[in-house]
Amino acid sequence: MNNADDAMDAISSPVPARLQRLRRNIRRRRRAERRFRIYGVVAVTIGLVFVLFLFANIVAKGWSAFLLTHVQLDVHFDSATVDPEGDRSPQSLARGDYAKLVKTALRERFPQVRKRRDKRALYKLVSSAAPYVLRDRLLEHPEWIGRTLPVWVPASDDVDLWMKGQVASADVRLDEKQRAWLSALIEQGRVEKRWNPFFFSRGDSRQPEVAGIGAAVAGSFFTLLVTLLLSFPIGVAAAVYLEEFAPKNRLTDLIEVNINNLAAVPSIVFGLLGLAAFIQFFGVPRSTPLVGGLVLALMTLPTIIVAGRAALQAVPPSIRDAALALGASRMQAVTHHVLPLSLSGILTGTIIGMARALGETAPLLMIGMVAFIVDIPRGPLDPATVLPVQIYLWADAAERAYVEKSSAAIMVLLAFLLLMNLAAILLRRRFEQRWQ
Amino acid sequence: MNTATAPEMEIPAVVGSEELDRREAVSETVGDITHPDPVFTCRNVTVWYGDKPGVQDVSIDIGRHEVLAMIGPSGCGKSTFLRCLNRMNDTIEGARVEGTLELDGQDIYDPALFVEELRTRVGMVFQKPNPFPKSIYDNVAYGPRLHGMTRSKADLDDLVRESLEKAALWNEVKDRLDEPGTGLSGGQQQRLCIARAIAVKPEVILMDEPASALDPIATAKIEELIDELRENYTIVIVTHSMQQAARVSQRTAYFHMGRLVEVGPTTEIFTRPRHQLTEDYITGRFG
Repeated sequence: MNNADDAMDAISSPVPARLQRLRRNIRRRRRAERRFRIYGVVAVTIGLVFVLFLFANIVAKGWSAFLLTHVQLDVHFDSATVDPEGDRSPQSLARGDYAKLVKTALRERFPQVRKRRDKRALYKLVSSAAPYVLRDRLLEHPEWIGRTLPVWVPASDDVDLWMKGQVASADVRLDEKQRAWLSALIEQGRVEKRWNPFFFSRGDSRQPEVAGIGAAVAGSFFTLLVTLLLSFPIGVAAAVYLEEFAPKNRLTDLIEVNINNLAAVPSIVFGLLGLAAFIQFFGVPRSTPLVGGLVLALMTLPTIIVAGRAALQAVPPSIRDAALALGASRMQAVTHHVLPLSLSGILTGTIIGMARALGETAPLLMIGMVAFIVDIPRGPLDPATVLPVQIYLWADAAERAYVEKSSAAIMVLLAFLLLMNLAAILLRRRFEQRWQ
Repeated sequence: MNTATAPEMEIPAVVGSEELDRREAVSETVGDITHPDPVFTCRNVTVWYGDKPGVQDVSIDIGRHEVLAMIGPSGCGKSTFLRCLNRMNDTIEGARVEGTLELDGQDIYDPALFVEELRTRVGMVFQKPNPFPKSIYDNVAYGPRLHGMTRSKADLDDLVRESLEKAALWNEVKDRLDEPGTGLSGGQQQRLCIARAIAVKPEVILMDEPASALDPIATAKIEELIDELRENYTIVIVTHSMQQAARVSQRTAYFHMGRLVEVGPTTEIFTRPRHQLTEDYITGRFG
């Protein structure tokens, strides 16, 4: 730029004053333009740095939650212990004493441990969920009864944290002896970080090592299903009516203003409304995806209506005229032409609304979806929680081991949100109609 | 419905001099408004947009199988009047129509009449080509499908072909009927719109400046087409081009400031206009 200015000076030695003024002015304007462009670049860079920092931070904290430290034990599936009835039926196997198997296996691995206190410390190396793992494996493979097999069971959260190096030395909750046993196990190749099967398949748990987002994902799914089934048809119908059929008068103006206002209402207000209306008045069971979906549908409706009206408005009136002039009724003009042409816009708005609903926490706290949910909900009437609320719960938990869980859950949530936004973009690209 | 921007609402910018102002008071239409075999009989038609009149006190007959051209400066109300004939003004917020408009003796503003039926009998071609963003075939087939006019796919194929042939488009598109209609050139699109209008077998076709968005060659084709269509259809065409009116029409109506100033056989209007305003317009003194 400066070179260009210099060149301009070089060719312009004897210039009239008027031109010189003009050039000064142009130079000033160009400088301002350059400054403005730099501001823009700086702003974008700052934004990107923040986003990258956020993502990097979350991924760095959370990726390890997808792995879990496992300990390999040589378990003897003693038939008297695992099969109290002796008939090998699943009912009988389910009642076996698997904790005893774990303890026996540990004691046999470290025969030198004698004292009661030491034994108890030894048992704490593996997760208290280990017996359930053994039970589940045995139910899958009843032929294991009576045999001794090496089985990987989850380690306790203290061991897991230690192995992942995520604790400051002051916070290590393993004593000298436990660390020695652990070193022995590591030397024998009996400690491994393996894929964490619980993170996606299980619900919340008091044992961080086996806590998962399965229940929260299922809860989010059912909640969003209810939201979609309610808000999409109602929202599209409202948008079509307001845009295509409603007379333009004071009342419809008022409705329009209120819908736009509704889109800006803080979400917690919808939660309070849901509590008062759905739970207390209509008696919808609390903590369920049904009531959560109802509340989120209220919140999503204005988004869908506003997006839907914008999409309908984007269809040129000449298309309506063409259909009407051929003898189509207004309804036919809308359903045959206007609605199909605006559907991609409506769907884009819907997906964005749903993505917002997926990330919503505050209103669900008001209607009891903040519960401790262990079982995976099977339908919209089972008590459930949702992903963002699960994150909120874990972020609030005292145990150090939940930190990586919440970060990993955030990663999953972000992945879902990115997927939904990607779908919206693809949809828009695919069906975008260009009007001459 | 859509925004209430009336098509001919712009303030006529044509009347500047006092001389013209004095002539504004057009009370009676000059010329013979009647026709021995009328399809449309319009008497004292006034259209209100809100509290502004778009067209005032227009009376005219439209004869069977004639091409009636409506000319006049911008904002004179010719499009507004045209849109009364198939009640497309209904879609404009705040538009009101007074007077009588009869199609073969039947009041078309009778509340008992189905407006869909009227629009099937009175087709329309718009200023800007507006094909549906669907295939060429589906564009033409839309009307017949809507009204259940054909019994079989073969019938429909025949009807589509016949319509495209009548619109002089068949040879250009017969090998690509499933390509989008919006991919055609402007002139082809407009002929597609004419084919689409013909496909529902209307009695009257209204054309609102059908060639104003087209180049001269495409315009010539449309004009040729209008001349051929006259055998089977009554055509009312609004145009800004006086040459076009002279070329295609048998009768011409001159509108000015929302009033019908003069009606007569096209040759007479263009050679011996009786009203001063008509003469000024066709001789190019304004407009």
